[in-house]
Amino acid sequence: MNETFIAILIGTLGAGTPLVYAALGELVTERCGVLNLGVEGMMLMGAVSAFMATAVSGNVWLGILAGILVGMAMALLFGFLTLTLQANQVATGLALTIFGLGLSAFLGREYVSQVVQGLPPIIIPGLSDLPILGALLFRHDALLYLSFVLFAAVSWFLYHTRAGLLLRAIGESPESGHALGYKVIAIRYLATLFGGAMAGLAGAYLAVVYTPMWVEGMTAGRGWIALALVVFATWKPLRVLLGAYLFGGVTILQFHVQAFGVELPSQLLSTLPYLATIVVLVLISRDATLIRLNAPASLGKTFYPGA
Amino acid sequence: MPGEVHAVLGENGAGKSTLMKIIYGVVKADAGEMRWEGQQVTVTSPAQARKLGIGMVFQHFSLFETLTVAENIALGLDHPPDMKTLSGRIREVSERYGLPLDPNRLVHALSVGERQRVEIVRCLLQEPRLLIMDEPTSVLTPQAVERLFETLRRLSAEGVSILYISHKLEEIRALCHSATVLRAGKVSGHADPRQESAGSLARMMIGRELPVCRHSAPAREGEPRLVVEGLTLASDDPFGTHLHNIDLTVRAGEIVGIAGVSGNGQQELLAALSGERLVVNHTVRLGNLPVGQLGPAARRVLGLGFVPEERLGRGAVPELSLTHNALLTARRGGMVHFGLIDFARVRAFAERCIREFAVKCGGPEAAAKSLSGGNLQKFIVGREVLQEPQVLVVAQPTWGVDVGAAAAIRQALIDLRDRGVAVLVVSEELEELFEISDRIAVIFHGRLSPAKPAAATTPEEIGLWMGGAFVQDSGGAEAANEVRHAAQA
Amino acid sequence: MLLRLEPRPQPSRLMAWCSPLIAAALMLVTGIVVFGLLGQSPLAAFKSFFISPIDDLYGLGELGLKATPLALIAVGLAIGFRAQVWNIGAEGQLTLGAICGGGLALWFHESTSGWLLPGMLVLGALGGMAWAAIPAFLRTRCNTNEILVSLMLNYVALLLLAYLVNGPWRNPEGFAFPESRMFPEAGLLPALLAGTRLHAGALITLAAVALGWVLMSRSFIGFQMQVAGLAGDAARYAGFSRERLVWISLLISGGLAGLAGVGEVAGPIGQLLPNISPGYGYAAIIVAFVGRLHPVGILLASLLMSLLYLGGESAQLELGLPSAVTGLFQGLLLFFLLAADLLIRFRIRRVRRLRLAVAKESAS
Repeated sequence: MNETFIAILIGTLGAGTPLVYAALGELVTERCGVLNLGVEGMMLMGAVSAFMATAVSGNVWLGILAGILVGMAMALLFGFLTLTLQANQVATGLALTIFGLGLSAFLGREYVSQVVQGLPPIIIPGLSDLPILGALLFRHDALLYLSFVLFAAVSWFLYHTRAGLLLRAIGESPESGHALGYKVIAIRYLATLFGGAMAGLAGAYLAVVYTPMWVEGMTAGRGWIALALVVFATWKPLRVLLGAYLFGGVTILQFHVQAFGVELPSQLLSTLPYLATIVVLVLISRDATLIRLNAPASLGKTFYPGA
Repeated sequence: MPGEVHAVLGENGAGKSTLMKIIYGVVKADAGEMRWEGQQVTVTSPAQARKLGIGMVFQHFSLFETLTVAENIALGLDHPPDMKTLSGRIREVSERYGLPLDPNRLVHALSVGERQRVEIVRCLLQEPRLLIMDEPTSVLTPQAVERLFETLRRLSAEGVSILYISHKLEEIRALCHSATVLRAGKVSGHADPRQESAGSLARMMIGRELPVCRHSAPAREGEPRLVVEGLTLASDDPFGTHLHNIDLTVRAGEIVGIAGVSGNGQQELLAALSGERLVVNHTVRLGNLPVGQLGPAARRVLGLGFVPEERLGRGAVPELSLTHNALLTARRGGMVHFGLIDFARVRAFAERCIREFAVKCGGPEAAAKSLSGGNLQKFIVGREVLQEPQVLVVAQPTWGVDVGAAAAIRQALIDLRDRGVAVLVVSEELEELFEISDRIAVIFHGRLSPAKPAAATTPEEIGLWMGGAFVQDSGGAEAANEVRHAAQA
Repeated sequence: MLLRLEPRPQPSRLMAWCSPLIAAALMLVTGIVVFGLLGQSPLAAFKSFFISPIDDLYGLGELGLKATPLALIAVGLAIGFRAQVWNIGAEGQLTLGAICGGGLALWFHESTSGWLLPGMLVLGALGGMAWAAIPAFLRTRCNTNEILVSLMLNYVALLLLAYLVNGPWRNPEGFAFPESRMFPEAGLLPALLAGTRLHAGALITLAAVALGWVLMSRSFIGFQMQVAGLAGDAARYAGFSRERLVWISLLISGGLAGLAGVGEVAGPIGQLLPNISPGYGYAAIIVAFVGRLHPVGILLASLLMSLLYLGGESAQLELGLPSAVTGLFQGLLLFFLLAADLLIRFRIRRVRRLRLAVAKESAS
């Protein structure tokens, strides 16, 4: 029983990590006023390119780099359409997801069922031998640790740097930012690219570290769950972190419920993460004032710097 | 000239704001050159303008509501010191120029006047040699205008040049040393406003005499058409103002004006009157009929017309044609049959609005956004007036509208009153309210003063009320504070 | 010489119709380049992708067969999209429609009644509506984003179907395959054209397109939706109830998607399977946009999208190309459309440096 519990906790950290990356990236993008619904597509493209690069080069880190770069390329495409050409952000985000789904399936068709060597865990000497805590905290892969660094960096950036202040300000009122002489479109491009890089990294983590293998559509809605997490977190990094592990936990839990004597068909158990997403969204959105106070005021609105 | 206060005068749409944005580097000029202290310069960005020593206070403030005063100011400086030093300097500058400000407060909790102070202090921290003020008094009470002028005079005495943009002639005569007049994007003259009369300035500004409205004799006492009684409403905007115990009666054949600095509950009151916010049923009545729980469409059927403050996006859909926009509120008279639209009838109605209100446009199929502000406003007013309402509620009837259209709109409201309609006008322009209203009330912190006959009061008294004096008169200062705190909570 | 974007005073009607054509042309060019990169002769690939699937009657029938659910769903979605109600859950609503309609056929699997098929259609539409009612309820009552909720329900619906065909509804007479019994004859849509698989569902689609046109262009409720989509404040000012529009949009689009689901299982499939739709619910989103959210445009766009499906299959058979090419082309088409839409609101002006220089001279 106790071992199951620890196994769930360890699994939670692993399952939550791609969500941490994707949701923190999207959080930065949205804080700047850009709503990119294409996270799922960017993740898939990150996943397939990371897997391909790893399989070809034999180097996981090259694969991860490829995932990040391709995620950014997808975000650049999104930025070009919504920021430069001023297309509707919702429609473009959907297009990005559909496109990513198709292109990743197309590119990865010869890599299905191949296996690559994932990232080895970093076993911290001494600490990793601690009872319970050792297994729980000190025997993970580098990217899992890195997600904590990223969380700290994003929090520090948003709340303790001038650039972060500017990013939040643009997200609230691009008009004011423009009047003060800031390059709103350029800043939004950067925020969008960061979101793309993190979604690509999240996909890469899934494909070359977590599973590690490539399956068509393997993100299975994690990109959308990341989007929901940002709302759930009311656009605050710490709550993104908590939310990501909550969902990681729910995902892992379905593999362990039999151990608790629950007899449910596996398909119905698999619906848990999706139903949980709906439930937390409902709980957080019911308070309309909370959302209005925290959501970036210009979120999803096209800004035209004309006059 | 150093220390000169120079007015740029012109009516709405004459190109004043555009000219200032070019000087400040927000907009690029198509042609022409600009000289700064004898040197030819091309200002390509506001940052460069700031470096040259030019500061600008925008008409629509460039502030971020969810950030603090200090953060807002930091974003407007090119090399801000750390927050502690900055806060100290904000206090210092704001005290020296009589512009009290708390650097740690969030902007959304500030009144409009305080927000303007943030903008001014932000400019002053850069020790500018030229300060551009774009229509700075449109959001202030007459008393606050006087205080602002003192600050500006002190700055000018210290050698700061000021470009003062306005269409209010009396202010310019009181403050400015020289003036440039713009008309339709061109300089139409130079003047010394201290030597000119308001009339001669106006002629330079619009090329003819200021149009004056025809008034008929004060209306007879009609029956109450719009009655508000004990209306209390919590704002649904987290940064909004709550309404507190509002009483108001508008009778048939009179115009009641509501004055007040923006952000004192006008939006909430208008939403409650139009039906966009539902309220306790008996607190809003049309005639004797309680309508607080009816939506906008139902109230319109009962004879309520409403012209909102925002023309594009609320009063009209920018992308749609005037025909479609006519259908937005006018759908009686067989325009909709069994849920289907009779477009021929709707188009005929749109054409009538265009004809009777002299709307300049490309016909009923022109998109709303292709019209100038004045013409679109005439169309919207026409659409509401031609539905023959019993009560018409109008918000900011002439905001941003050229002089000719403004006069036509005011005249239409007066004619409507003479036909026995009850008209309620909410405006921030005191002059306008005194020109057309029979009675005037003031809204402050979500409370409404009693309505005084316009003939029995003065702009000075109403100005004091706009600063909250009527609340103290009735011994309710504490209550006003309460409302204020509730609004911030 | 520089290119500069200039906002048009009026959205261009001409461009609104041209931009899908520009997008389709660009997609075609890109497709030929992609084929070239894959080492195929562009001409042969083009022929095998776009011509050979429809060069006979059977092929044309297939074109109509696949366009049937696409247009049906897209008309429903377009109604909501006009009001900025984003139903992304058509795939799930289609699945629920198939489950409900198909469930009836399985319950009465020995029936020969003429009422079975109408019953399936009604039940399927209700199933789709019920599934769409969840995001509608949560949107209007709990302020919850309908995009995320409707999308999450897609995964739930697919898992539900997988559970049913693996468990309680698995064919007791079949082997261990995850599939239901075949539907009885009375539970199948009649064929329209001998020699093809085109079925009566196409008539339902045509009727829906016609009704959709009346609703969008002539009815007051359609006008309300258009206003709500373009300017929410104007809709509130006019007194159009946002809640009502959300409910209507989602119920119509959910109901039509549910009908499309029945059409698939009672048409070409004839039983319940774990995979009843090759992503029609998502592809219909593209169809709705490419069709300009207009019923006639949607009809044309659904044929194009259907051709992309057929071309993908044909390219796989004839050239050994992966069928995922279809998804790739779908995404490209939507991207190109979104980019070309810029021309509706803006015009591209050439700015000559020369003119500036002249202007400078005359000013000084």
